[in-house]
Amino acid sequence: MSITIFVPCDSSAISLGANRVAAAIAKEAEKRSIDIQLIRNGSRGLFWLETLVEVLTEAGRLAYGPVQVSDVASLFDANFVQGGTHSLLLGLTEELGYLKKQQRLTFARIGITDPVSLDDYLNNDGYRGLSNALNQSQADIVKTVTDSGLRGRGGAAFPTGIKWNTVLGTPSEQKYIICNADEGDSGTFSDRMVMEGDPFVLIEGMTIAGIAVGANQGYIYLRVEYPHAHIALNTAIEKAYQAGYLGDNIQGSGKTFHLEVRLGAGAYICGEETSLMESLEGKRGLVRFKPPLPAISGLFGKPTVVNNVISLASVPIILDKGGDYYRDFGMGRSRGTLPLQLAGNIKHAGLIELAFGMTLRELLYDFGGGSASGRPIKAVQVGGPLGAYLPESQFDTPLDYEAFAANWTVLGHGGVVVFDDTADMAQMARYNLEFCAIESCGKCTPCRIGSTRGYEVLDEIIAGRELGKNVPLLRDLCNTLLNGSLCALGGMTPYPVLSALNHFPEDFGIDKKANAA
Amino acid sequence: MTESSNIQVTVQTITTALKDKPGALLPILHAIQDALGYVPAESVPAIANALHLSRAEVHGVISFYHYFRDTPPGKHTIHLCRAESCQAMGGKDLENHIKTRLGIDFHETTANGQFSLEPVYCLGNCACSPAMQIGNEIYGRVTANSFDTTINETEALA
Repeated sequence: MSITIFVPCDSSAISLGANRVAAAIAKEAEKRSIDIQLIRNGSRGLFWLETLVEVLTEAGRLAYGPVQVSDVASLFDANFVQGGTHSLLLGLTEELGYLKKQQRLTFARIGITDPVSLDDYLNNDGYRGLSNALNQSQADIVKTVTDSGLRGRGGAAFPTGIKWNTVLGTPSEQKYIICNADEGDSGTFSDRMVMEGDPFVLIEGMTIAGIAVGANQGYIYLRVEYPHAHIALNTAIEKAYQAGYLGDNIQGSGKTFHLEVRLGAGAYICGEETSLMESLEGKRGLVRFKPPLPAISGLFGKPTVVNNVISLASVPIILDKGGDYYRDFGMGRSRGTLPLQLAGNIKHAGLIELAFGMTLRELLYDFGGGSASGRPIKAVQVGGPLGAYLPESQFDTPLDYEAFAANWTVLGHGGVVVFDDTADMAQMARYNLEFCAIESCGKCTPCRIGSTRGYEVLDEIIAGRELGKNVPLLRDLCNTLLNGSLCALGGMTPYPVLSALNHFPEDFGIDKKANAA
Repeated sequence: MTESSNIQVTVQTITTALKDKPGALLPILHAIQDALGYVPAESVPAIANALHLSRAEVHGVISFYHYFRDTPPGKHTIHLCRAESCQAMGGKDLENHIKTRLGIDFHETTANGQFSLEPVYCLGNCACSPAMQIGNEIYGRVTANSFDTTINETEALA
């Protein structure tokens, strides 16, 4: 009988050699006349173990990793196809502590299935949410999403059900669903993993959204930096059309939903929803004034739902298992789970989906195992390039939107970037302002000019010139950006800059006591 | 066929095929860059004409987006991540090494036309920093040594 072997097709796994490992396994099996079925699954998200090769045995899936091409012959020598012992044998995948301690709802299938196999999707609870939705009224679908407590996972944490309800209640012959897949924050990759590892769950979530609010056209606005996700999405969309899960008469319901992927072109600002819509309309990605809200006048002036990948990919399980099921995870007003992404200078970088509420410290040490370099962790930037740097004294903050906001920090899209004690926080702050200058759309003055003036002033500070004048000037400038910018790019760049200044004044050549005063 | 008329034919074919899509400009620019490696200035009038836009509007869109380029790239384009996660793992040192090794700065192409170097702000490979992309190939945990090996292999393939 054929032996099933899994080698991830996730682009991070590929970046560490997964394609070469897969080819080597296929070649070695042929050479030894062993009949194998090689499945390219998504990644389990344990990236320090990639390439993580799994073998299906009677006891379950056994994991070997990290496998390199040079290990393949010895794996066959050790009879790994029958679960043989080898120095890379990790045990049953499901029993790996990093995975076992998680609560995978949105990521339930990722790493388990062949991402572009519709059969795999259907055999693993896929399209059960849509099936329920097709038997409900639009208002009931929206109510279920509202009851679940789901809030926008892109970073702004706006309640998804309320947004949907506005679009549902705005009469229009044409409405749109947009998936914001412009995941540009450094330290984040959960959207990418979903699109590469389980594209059908996003398609299903968007289809449910379309039916709920009465939109028959959806667009996935995907960043051009994700070529593997592009291929996976287009493959899955084609299969969904062929099987009647997209198109004019979805599963015989008479409902219509069409879906197309559109590529961005390397502009960070297009992750801002109004800029994204401008881009989809074929224009420069300039931020729009709000109001009107996109839910009332969005893409091409029509009522539009704009949701992040993770928000939409969480909808199928909510419709499948009910709003209560999802809401029972989490704490306070942060309900459900958040797929956290642990990155940067950390020993065990990866994807950790957990109910809201665990502390940053637990995440960094219990999951992450401390820094990759072995040096002390100095700072952690949570929430992407517009998120604050947290010093050690804030590591006990629970991962919860409100708890983070109370600290003047940002949970955002759940990206966590770790820096060890060699990081120069003044240089990081300078980078944050430079990034703002490079990516500013140019529409509002604080962001367009303030960002450039910001790093010029920081250059003066870093050179140690006139700190008594330049530090207050930098603070004043940040205040203008914070309060005067049109969108979060200018409005939140002060978070990393000021948190670096406040928590690590010595890196700016400032006496800690003087800075506090 | 001259290079210039080749460009015109490609641009014409693409704009004709895509111009009726809602919000057609970005899909058209992507298709042209996929076909030619860049969006030549001489393609702007044809695109503007097909979409009933001014040439200034089309130029404005091309120049707004970092990904679109109006000059031919080298044979291989290296996108090197500059973002925070890669910086936390020695990205700045890697950047310096690459610039020295290739003898070019960002937005430049090597004299032999082999490599163009572009910055990118996150490849979503932050669990395997520092990261870079060459063409559609992505590389993680890049070191100065692994970069040199990759570059030598890429050149040897050419």
